[in-house]
Amino acid sequence: MSAGRDRLGTVPVWRDVRVLRIVSQIVFLAAIAAGIWWLLNNLSTNLEESGLNIAFRFLRETAGFPISEGISYEPTNVNGYAFLVGIFNTLRVAVVGIVLTTIIGTLVGVARLSSNWLVRKLATLYVETVRNIPLLVQLFFWYFAVMLTALPLVKNAIRLPGPIYLSRRGLYMPWPTLTESFGTWAWYILGGAVLGAAIYAVRRIQLKRADRPGFPLAWAALGFVVVVIAGWFLTPGSPLGVDIPVLKKFNFEGGMWLSASFSALLIGLATYTGAFIAEIVRAGILAVGKGQTEAARALGLRRSLVLRLVILPQALRVIIPPLTSQYLNLTKNSSLAILIGYYDLLNVGTTIFNQTGRAVEMILLIMGSYLSMSLVTSLVMNWYNRRIKLVER
Amino acid sequence: MNRDRPSDSEGRHVDPSRRDGSGAPSSWDTQTGATHAVLPPPSERIPVLRWLRQNLFSSWLSAILTIVSAALIVALVVGLLRWAITSARWEVIPANLKLLLVGTYPRAELWRVWTTLYTIAFLVGVSSRLHGGLIRRIAWAGSIFAAAMAILPFPLATRGWLLGVPASVGLGLGCLACLARGARSRRWIRRGEIAAWILSFPTGLILLNGVGGFLPVIAGRNQWGFLLNLLGAVVGIGLSLPLGVLLALGRRSKLPAVRLVCTAYIELIRGVPLISLLFMASIMLQLLLPASIRPDLVIRAMMTITLFSAAYMAENVRGGLQAIPKGQYEAAYAVGLNGVLTTVLIILPQALRAVIPAIVGQFIALFKDTTLFGFIAILELLNISRSVLGNLEWRGTIFELYVFIGVVFWILCYSMSYVSRRIEKTLGVGER
Repeated sequence: MSAGRDRLGTVPVWRDVRVLRIVSQIVFLAAIAAGIWWLLNNLSTNLEESGLNIAFRFLRETAGFPISEGISYEPTNVNGYAFLVGIFNTLRVAVVGIVLTTIIGTLVGVARLSSNWLVRKLATLYVETVRNIPLLVQLFFWYFAVMLTALPLVKNAIRLPGPIYLSRRGLYMPWPTLTESFGTWAWYILGGAVLGAAIYAVRRIQLKRADRPGFPLAWAALGFVVVVIAGWFLTPGSPLGVDIPVLKKFNFEGGMWLSASFSALLIGLATYTGAFIAEIVRAGILAVGKGQTEAARALGLRRSLVLRLVILPQALRVIIPPLTSQYLNLTKNSSLAILIGYYDLLNVGTTIFNQTGRAVEMILLIMGSYLSMSLVTSLVMNWYNRRIKLVER
Repeated sequence: MNRDRPSDSEGRHVDPSRRDGSGAPSSWDTQTGATHAVLPPPSERIPVLRWLRQNLFSSWLSAILTIVSAALIVALVVGLLRWAITSARWEVIPANLKLLLVGTYPRAELWRVWTTLYTIAFLVGVSSRLHGGLIRRIAWAGSIFAAAMAILPFPLATRGWLLGVPASVGLGLGCLACLARGARSRRWIRRGEIAAWILSFPTGLILLNGVGGFLPVIAGRNQWGFLLNLLGAVVGIGLSLPLGVLLALGRRSKLPAVRLVCTAYIELIRGVPLISLLFMASIMLQLLLPASIRPDLVIRAMMTITLFSAAYMAENVRGGLQAIPKGQYEAAYAVGLNGVLTTVLIILPQALRAVIPAIVGQFIALFKDTTLFGFIAILELLNISRSVLGNLEWRGTIFELYVFIGVVFWILCYSMSYVSRRIEKTLGVGER
């Protein structure tokens, strides 16, 4: 441009690309700003008309509605605390769901590549069925049809080994409790962790010096487990008790309770997302060429080492980015909980809105919570992704 | 949503020998320079027993897996069949079919729905005549499906209407036959076809909704059952794709202000769930808009799903844009195209073609997401099924209804992904 400018004298201002760029950006920003200003202006007019203002003081008022599960909460607690319970409930279903869906997805993804024809077809059937039916239909199926219709009443609960009880009220299962002697055992756990870390460090240095691959983490874990188990027997009394659910007059008492809506949400989310993860895993494994396996075998690596040192690092590189977005999808999809009566953050948020009429504040809180969850998940996964990339080099 | 499948190499290896159909296929031996006939590949057929051993019982683990999955399949199939044949009350579906599919759409006005359907069938017929291939398959599948439905014991009028679908397809096929066949008129027919498809979009909406003066506007359009899912998907797909393309271009723009705004929009929308946006649309829109503008629920829901889907679409399109080598831009500039023409004529066709599976995946997700409309008191298929369940007569038919809804969605979503795979193949994505 500048060369042409020197030769031809002057370019008119309205055809100068540099000027046009700046002008067009200013116009664009002005248009956006005008739009936002118009919306905000409407907002303030509308709020003024209805005599509302934007303030977060209502968060300190008593909530007054019950939340049946999650961390301990009473209707006399304040709105802000109720919202925290909602956030906790969302995180609870998201974290458990992510673990579960990763297991399902990996198993099915590997099954889709199995040399066994029947297993392959079964996995394909699962993926194609689950992926092409809306998640909400599946959640309604699990909640209204399976949990609330097909399962028996509490008094006739299905007893699975464990004992785990399944009924319309959800799932009751034994849960460990801490006893008085747990404090002693905790020291053994700490000692085991220190020992494990030491073994890991030493083994790694040794292996690095010898310049050969090995399993330092496995040895460290072994040391840890040995100390912890030894501690279990050396501690006087049992450090952990088991709280077993017992059927009382109207309901079970004791143990861990997963409500029907939580169970339905968990099953629905895990199986649905699992189908997508299966495809990601499959694509990731297929992305590693067959020659890589053959070359590694030719070098004399054992099968386990081929998988760990050659296939997985390369497959993970392909798998991690889409996997991250699936984890985020699962977290965001957990908001469908509101339609099957699980008290996640959206459900609690809308309840608070219904009680207080604070639309703008609640929208901000809800959106902000989801955005920060998404941000944290992608940060963690991006960090992991970078680590994986380093391994590959 | 990762839908890309490994490109199968068989097709490529077989094709060249098939294409030169004249005479025996031959290949050039580089060593001696002599030609010789290519022998047919050895037979792929293997005895049943060996197939069983290779594919089902190759090792102990494999044998155990086979037995376990066979047991699982048998238990599943037997249980399902026993329920479906003996205890399921399937009569709930035909008895409520009208309610499920079109909700409270008045019976006297149902001809509008059929006419819209016929218009589409007619256009499919026209297109299948012009292009053949995949569209012909779709035309056949739709016609056969409608004809098969007409065999089922529906009321006589419904069966008559259903038979109109294959008739419209046939009409579309036939009406072109009597038109002139010159190259010039052919081009005009093609242009007309594209214009008709684009026009059918607003026409159908107006026909279904009614317009003041000519057709009575139908009240309660938030209660149209499955029709709302379809409308939501069509409107959402039709609007979110162009919007997504614009956002993607904006995100890759050289102007920092445009880039920033587009990136912020995309990331904000992608960071929150659709249902929270629907919640926002249902309670906050009346605060953000002046009192004179009050879009009704259905419009709000469609706006929301469009704006939501556009952000995801933008990311898919951006993936395609990134795959375009820089040489394409430079070559376009070198032949004197300006920025807009380069984008429209050179870059976008290639970029969109590269990400067809991802875009169709997003279409499918959008269609599935229309079930969330129920959250803001819109009676789409899933929500209206709950009013069927509320009817005392149909208590306990929950499994039947959900199976029906699942099957309906499955068929449509699976067809969409099938079509996308076919398009991918015909366009040769991943093979060049």
